[in-house]
Amino acid sequence: MLGKTAGGLYWMFRFLERCENTARLVEAGFRIALTRSNDPVSEWKSVVSTAGARSNYDAKYDTYEAAYVVDFLLRDTANPSSALSAVEKARTNARMVRTALTTEVWEAVNEGWMGIKETLKSPIKETDLPAVLGEIRRHSALVRGALHGTMLRNDIYDFTQIGLALERADNTARIIDVKYYTLLPSASFVGSTLDNVQWETILRSVSAHRSFRWLNDENMTPSSVADFLILDPRFPRSLSFCSRILEESLGFLAKDYGARFTCHDMISAQRDKLREHTIATIFDEGLHQFITAYIDDINAIGQQIEKDYRFIG
Amino acid sequence: MDLERRHFDEMLLSSDGVRAPYAEYQRWFANEDPSRLAKKSKEAEAFFRRTGITFNVYGQAAAQERLIPFDLIPRIIANREWTKLSKGITQRVCAINAFLHDIYHRQEILRAGIVPTELISRNEAFLPQMIGFTPPGKVYTHIVGTDLVRTGEDDFYVLEDNARTPSGVSYMLENRETMLHMFPELFSQIKVQRVSDYPKNLRRSLAACAPDRCVGKPTVAILTPGIHNSAYFEHSFLADQMGVELVEGHDLMVVDGHIAMRTTKGYKTIDVLYRRVDDEYLDPLNFNPDSMLGVPGIMDVYRAGNITIANAPGTGISDDKAIYSYMPDIIEFYTGEKAILKNVETWRCSEPDSLAYVLEHLPELVVKEVHGSGGYGMLVGPAASKKELSTFAAKLRRNPSNYIAQPTLSLSTVPIFAKKGLAPRHVDLRPFALVSPKGVDITPGGLTRVALKAGSLVVNSSQGGGTKDTWVLED
Repeated sequence: MLGKTAGGLYWMFRFLERCENTARLVEAGFRIALTRSNDPVSEWKSVVSTAGARSNYDAKYDTYEAAYVVDFLLRDTANPSSALSAVEKARTNARMVRTALTTEVWEAVNEGWMGIKETLKSPIKETDLPAVLGEIRRHSALVRGALHGTMLRNDIYDFTQIGLALERADNTARIIDVKYYTLLPSASFVGSTLDNVQWETILRSVSAHRSFRWLNDENMTPSSVADFLILDPRFPRSLSFCSRILEESLGFLAKDYGARFTCHDMISAQRDKLREHTIATIFDEGLHQFITAYIDDINAIGQQIEKDYRFIG
Repeated sequence: MDLERRHFDEMLLSSDGVRAPYAEYQRWFANEDPSRLAKKSKEAEAFFRRTGITFNVYGQAAAQERLIPFDLIPRIIANREWTKLSKGITQRVCAINAFLHDIYHRQEILRAGIVPTELISRNEAFLPQMIGFTPPGKVYTHIVGTDLVRTGEDDFYVLEDNARTPSGVSYMLENRETMLHMFPELFSQIKVQRVSDYPKNLRRSLAACAPDRCVGKPTVAILTPGIHNSAYFEHSFLADQMGVELVEGHDLMVVDGHIAMRTTKGYKTIDVLYRRVDDEYLDPLNFNPDSMLGVPGIMDVYRAGNITIANAPGTGISDDKAIYSYMPDIIEFYTGEKAILKNVETWRCSEPDSLAYVLEHLPELVVKEVHGSGGYGMLVGPAASKKELSTFAAKLRRNPSNYIAQPTLSLSTVPIFAKKGLAPRHVDLRPFALVSPKGVDITPGGLTRVALKAGSLVVNSSQGGGTKDTWVLED
């Protein structure tokens, strides 16, 4: 496979995942803004931070109004990680690697791009927002489904999974990072509606509120939420899960190509680190420090993969 | 309507019937509900959009992707007609290869005084880098897309030879796919020759042209200028259909005297490069130094016999429209036979007498740039306004040798499916020929382009033309 193709597959799935994550963030923000007990401005602000778009946003707007934030995160092409920018880039990468995709996957991406572009043509009215966000997630699911059902499990598939897992890990980690203070055990908050709403938002922004309930009954404590998002091996957006997918996919490549590179050692080291921790030791060490280190690791691994597999010359 | 009747229609006779090749189709068509067909037509468009069969139009906003309109009435050619066409194309393609070899070697045709020397020596499409070099397998034009037009029952003309990098073959394939998808019943009733072997044949033909010293199965790749090129869809489509890599210049470099592509496992040698990048941009070390699309040093690898470039650099000279005017003589010179397919009468504006004639008859003529393609920069006299004519005449006087002129041919028509029923529109035909040391292989059919505006003679997709599926019947 061409190095460029591997890079195209990787970025295609990073951007697809980013598009979906952005939609989910907006959805969580929208819900919390609807609950009056809260401060919507700071809520939208943290949504923009989580999307990694603070500086771009502040350059354009002075206030964190729902309509502005929603528009900026979904439609604004000046925002490189808006849903529209992301789907556009995903589709451009898909065109570049067209020969590596099955017709089903290509058509799902192309149709998703056509549909989302059409839907986001004009500003979204508040009443239409849930339907629009639903459509974005649906397109994303269609691509994943086509991928799952039609692609050979070879190096092409591995690079898609690597892109997806990296983006997802980065996204979950950033959600935790922006909200880490609400997850810190603090006597004054416990049991208040405020922190419950906060945790609920966090879970919603990774589509995990239901899964969490199934696993934890009524026991919603900061440490159980953090444990779930970081260490639960069953939850497909937890850091532990994403790191496992990364290590596995890189492992398949190593076996397929008969060669291990630096990126393999890096991901193994990261997984070892995750395995050594419990949520208690993470809190002891400092949640914020732990997450920041994780994000740095993940980004370094991404850059190493680009080098090891010759994405660019 | 009277005006339309002066043209030869390939389907409808001036009496009520249809021409023989369309007889069975007409029987089917007469029983179809027009509203069902209109729905099918919409379906086809959605299908093209979904599969991404689009092209980019130069000079429009970036990333503009447009569909080439597809018309669902097929263009049907009888087997007998096709046999003659395919013989004529084979003859022409062989003569062009012999001509190219000759002008880059002994130049016998110039010595014999058949083609004027200055037409070659002063031609920018003539590449000195190719002098004395013979491409692997002695093949210059691996893929040719001859443009043909028809004016009557037995009157086919070659309009252009397109021996450089003809495009459009993906539409030939996708138009057929679309028809099979929409009207499967038609293909069980009417025996139409297959076009779907083209990608397999292309790969085989390219592999057969691999350098002599290539051992084992040759590695073939397609070189594209990138996703912003107007024909990018076709490049990726062909790579996909052939099962070969689609590379860009920055994926390639010279490694140990070979061209190699950067893969996830290191560099891998390419034996045959089907390039869809123009000569000028192919090698910044040997041609345009600013090119980002090519591979520095590829010409040196080529001349050392370590890669096949298809089509060979320097073939563009045979697409020169002034050279075209000598084609009947060129064919006779190399094959010893009369040309089977007719050339359109051509005035070379470089010649004072011709220029005078052309200026005097401008409103009746079609004037083209000698290196032009894609319908850009041409004048269709009968369709031009007084002002356009006088502007063009000034251009002609300023640089006569840049132009040739041809009579406005009364191109045949084939009906399109319009809102008000069948409506005749002018068409041309571009069959695709593959050349290797093993012979010339022409896919039965080709790309039929159709002018969608009533009376218009310009069929180019960049100028708003559409396409039709082209059927060659089995018997």
